[in-house]
Amino acid sequence: MAKDLLYQYVLALGDDALILGQRLSQWAYKGPFLEEDIALSNISLDMFGRANLLLEYAASIKGNNATADELAFKRNEREFSNHILCEQPNGNFADTMVRQFFLDAFYKLFLQKLTNSKDEQLSGIAQKSIKETTYHLRHSSKWIIRLGDGTAESHAKVQSAIDNLWMFTNELFEINEIDKEMVKEKIGVDCSSIKSEWDKIIDDVLAEATLRRPEKTHMISGGREGIHTEHLGHLLSDMQYLQRAYPDAKW
Amino acid sequence: MVKEIFTESIWELLKTIPDPEIPAVSIVDLGIVRNVEFDNNKLNITITPTYSGCPAFSFMKEEIIRHLESENITNYQIKTSLAPPWTTDWMSNDVKSKLKEAGIAPPSHEVVCPQCDSQNVQLISEFGSTSCKAFYKCLDCLEPFHHFKQI
Repeated sequence: MAKDLLYQYVLALGDDALILGQRLSQWAYKGPFLEEDIALSNISLDMFGRANLLLEYAASIKGNNATADELAFKRNEREFSNHILCEQPNGNFADTMVRQFFLDAFYKLFLQKLTNSKDEQLSGIAQKSIKETTYHLRHSSKWIIRLGDGTAESHAKVQSAIDNLWMFTNELFEINEIDKEMVKEKIGVDCSSIKSEWDKIIDDVLAEATLRRPEKTHMISGGREGIHTEHLGHLLSDMQYLQRAYPDAKW
Repeated sequence: MVKEIFTESIWELLKTIPDPEIPAVSIVDLGIVRNVEFDNNKLNITITPTYSGCPAFSFMKEEIIRHLESENITNYQIKTSLAPPWTTDWMSNDVKSKLKEAGIAPPSHEVVCPQCDSQNVQLISEFGSTSCKAFYKCLDCLEPFHHFKQI
């Protein structure tokens, strides 16, 4: 197996966690109330912790004294391979919760499979992360139900968030050449195999929340190949500012 | 034999390091220190994080180093392991009582108020001041409290 494929596979998973963590951290001190502010910051920290484990592993595969920080702070947007859904703006609270709910349901199923990876490092990271994701999914599901089954305004906002973000969900289940190779080596997960279970989690919660699943819409993807929406560049310019302005600055 | 006495004394030393967020318990009590072994004149200590993003983890590592060096131990290595993942099942009943005395409801499926032992409690937030705790309110004595999440 080519070392480079494993590197790219791990890097993509690390990018997902890093970009979602950065988005969630933008809620710090702006949450709708104190407990929820702390919850979002906690989930962000879990994602940063996961990103750190994955990017450190990616750096060790890359060799040449590469570091996780270098991977996080010194690559341009075309070099990031996160799913496009992770980089979508926070919008209002319903937009953030819908993005989180779609991703939590996906990670729950994905990490469950990844615990069986032949790669011990990936399996260890998955075993650790799935416990946290179980909490995250419970939190986001409860909010979808509370907002959907709440006031006319909260219902309208959460339905609109679902309609707007739906087009990014198909990408989660696509598999490229790297995935295929990793599945063949029993290292990676065949994401297409978890789509029906994901649909069920989504449908059950939407039904309880009196929300509806969007009709067939145009789906967009490309994140794994470095083709992103315009939002990623802005996120990176903020996240990478310090290392770009003062290269190799240390605390 | 000497080796065993030595590792035993290291465990004792590590037991004196409090958790930075919950000083009522030590990092050994919480199950963060997984293994201590002495091999070829080198001390190997294995630790595991409670939550992957726990900000206290790197501080704990620094504290271990500080304690070892204060005892003039210089030939050591601290490894981080992820599997098996940390679980609250590694906490002894003794440790659970220490948490309760400190006003934190110990990990369990049935959350009980640490002040008045009432089960009439309400979840305020799944996420408390640290990753490992959820925030509750007792509906009988009306005191707010933290619950150490069972994972």
